[in-house]
Amino acid sequence: MNAGAIQQYLDFAYIVAVVLFILALKWLGSPVSARRGVLAGEIAAALAVIATLNNPELVAYKWIVIALIIGAGIGIPLGMVKITAVPQRTALSHAFGALSAAMIGIAEYYVGLSHLNRFEMGEIAMEVIIGSLTFTGSLIAAGKLQELLPQRPIVYKGQNIVSLSVLGAAVLLAVALVIHPQHAMLFPIMVIVALIFGVMLVTPIGGADMPTVISLLNSYAGFSAALLGFVLNSKVLIVAGALDGSSGFILSVIMCKAMNRSFTNVLFGAFGTVQTSVKQATARPVRSASPEEAAEILDAARKVVIVPGYGMAVAQAQHKLRELHDILAKRGVDVSFAIHPVAGRMPGHMNVLLAEADVPYDRLIEMDDINPEFPRTDVALVIGANDVVNPAARFEKDSPIAGMPILNVYEAQTIMVIKRSMNPGFAGIDNDLYYLDKTLMLFGDAKSFVSGIVKELNAVAAGS
Amino acid sequence: MPADFISNLYVFILAGFVGFELIKRVSPLLHTPLMSLTNALDAIVVVAAIIITGRHETPLSTTLGAIAVAASFSNMVGGFFITDRMIRMFKSGRAKKS
Repeated sequence: MNAGAIQQYLDFAYIVAVVLFILALKWLGSPVSARRGVLAGEIAAALAVIATLNNPELVAYKWIVIALIIGAGIGIPLGMVKITAVPQRTALSHAFGALSAAMIGIAEYYVGLSHLNRFEMGEIAMEVIIGSLTFTGSLIAAGKLQELLPQRPIVYKGQNIVSLSVLGAAVLLAVALVIHPQHAMLFPIMVIVALIFGVMLVTPIGGADMPTVISLLNSYAGFSAALLGFVLNSKVLIVAGALDGSSGFILSVIMCKAMNRSFTNVLFGAFGTVQTSVKQATARPVRSASPEEAAEILDAARKVVIVPGYGMAVAQAQHKLRELHDILAKRGVDVSFAIHPVAGRMPGHMNVLLAEADVPYDRLIEMDDINPEFPRTDVALVIGANDVVNPAARFEKDSPIAGMPILNVYEAQTIMVIKRSMNPGFAGIDNDLYYLDKTLMLFGDAKSFVSGIVKELNAVAAGS
Repeated sequence: MPADFISNLYVFILAGFVGFELIKRVSPLLHTPLMSLTNALDAIVVVAAIIITGRHETPLSTTLGAIAVAASFSNMVGGFFITDRMIRMFKSGRAKKS
């Protein structure tokens, strides 16, 4: 077979891969067909890789094989991480994706250096800048999520001006390169400046903003792959990158809406400044209860809604919560979980943790669907969530979280809040929910408190 | 503007719209697996990395290409693997009882 005929077969394989990519995303739409979606994606990827290995342009296979083995050696353990480590794993995979796109862009620049035109230079510069900043930005995000770096926002005076100047410098270098593509010494400087900007972009961002940031980095990683497709004239990369990029973008928009904030607001750390201006909460009396009392109230309820937040993940309480769900369900109580879009550290974080603990997914209810249910709810049990249930977001116009959509927990007949202490949440604001007459504070570690309740309920069940 | 650019732009815009329509329909239940699956699909950059590495044009391009192959292939393998693991955890209440 001549090279031209082979090329046609390869192109055909890529088209099949692209169709399978689209089907993969379509099937991922619902938990019933999702596994088929993963399979479609796997077939597409295998097909594209095998086709590429038959490309007649390849002259040496040694380094390809070594790199594939190393890649598999890194990828398999990263696929086996604990479900609780998924947010940092995801951030790390954005870093790898962006690194890959940046490396190829850099290689293309040096290989084509003698004959690059301005248009090609512009494409390469854009691609390499986005790839590089996404690489370091995602590494910082992964470091924060793994708690190798502090989760709190790291801010200093004039930060935004400094950061934007660094980005401006990278863009100016790119423009200079477009004017003189052969000024090769500028290229590595541009890469380094973009890498630095990635670090500066993510360090000021705090833990609770991670769902938005991780989605934005997802989108950047996708768009850098699509731009690489433009550089290499490869439609399969353009499609995959556009799909990934739009997915990350939609998720970022959903996360921003769920916090009632804009992209610029998240990226330029308004929370950092808000935090200091909030006055210290004055001590007000609260009602507290023991596991025994909590168990009694839950046992008498007909409808219970559990509201999990990041604190549940930290305390690893999801398995105990499932036990609580099971025992209450067995006693005829209607138990569901209310999931706020930004609860946790990445989109869908709570759902995955609870699914791993074997909570049936039809018990995991989205914010808009559960909110009308709260007035008919006998007990709302809040566990490790704070700002997402703070009524101030709805009723206090000057609150830093004013306008943020919340779970209407305050409408429930009885509210129980499991919390370590009265410390305010991420936004640093006091929560009026805790001081309501119908609210009981359950002070203690979430996991041990829930197991205390479960123990009591089991004793009641055995006695009756 | 090169002709290739225009046809690439067509593909990009259409794929963006398709992605937008499909992803809007993904249940929020599955947003975490969605992110890991799109990541694995995005790892298709590995095909470009393989070509750069295998053309063996300069030591630099081979080295950068090999790093790119390793990075993107790890995403491909790990991404599909973890997505499948997560999706298998989602069981409906009805399936559990039967």
